[in-house]
Amino acid sequence: MASSLFGIHGVALELRSQRLGLITSNIANAGTPGYKARDIDFGAALRASERGQGAERAGQSAQRYRVPVLPGLDGNTVEMATEQTAFAETAVGYEATLSFIRGRTETVTRALKGE
Amino acid sequence: MAGPSPLTLFGVAQRGMSAQLVRMNAASSNLANAGTVASSEDAAYRPVRAVFAEDYDRASGLSTVRVSGVMRESAAPAKEHSPNHPLADANGDIWTAPVDENAEMVEMLDASRQYQNLVEAISTAKQLMLDTLRMK
Repeated sequence: MASSLFGIHGVALELRSQRLGLITSNIANAGTPGYKARDIDFGAALRASERGQGAERAGQSAQRYRVPVLPGLDGNTVEMATEQTAFAETAVGYEATLSFIRGRTETVTRALKGE
Repeated sequence: MAGPSPLTLFGVAQRGMSAQLVRMNAASSNLANAGTVASSEDAAYRPVRAVFAEDYDRASGLSTVRVSGVMRESAAPAKEHSPNHPLADANGDIWTAPVDENAEMVEMLDASRQYQNLVEAISTAKQLMLDTLRMK
């Protein structure tokens, strides 16, 4: 139902929300020895969801470890600049996807009201 | 560890902030005890340090941080010959806590910067979630 109403944007919103959580995990673990930063390959996740996987499964299957520019001596691969950029990118993407969904809802509401 | 409900972004950030607070408390304990004197090597203050570990939540795929322990550092106290000191032992020696004030200040700064990062993440996420909820 939701997928036919919102098209790709419903899944995209869920995936972006997941990615936001994952990047927050990385930021929270910036000082944890041995922690390996993870991220979602958005394109791969979207393709997986097009093949019929649910958004949550698709996001988890598209998780990748981040390749650090310079890993820390304690084995931590979180680089704050990378994470902050990725976070900002995802937040903007979330906002964009949300505006698509908002537009779709407005269209359908207008059609329902017959204005 | 994560309790009955799966971890959310807010839970991740909140636990991360608690962990940074523990780290800040450890650094301020060390600063407060800098320069304290003891009459034996064993009784001298040794700096405490919070050790973090990853806390993975299988249900949501997110991982937060937990404080796996607050450990004592093994740095040796500095021995000083001061026979007139009231705490001096039979040889006239006292032991000073091996606290490096500069290192503690850096630790403090690092903890507060990471705390700020998490606050920033929470407020951005909160704004996005509210936009989704209201959807005007």
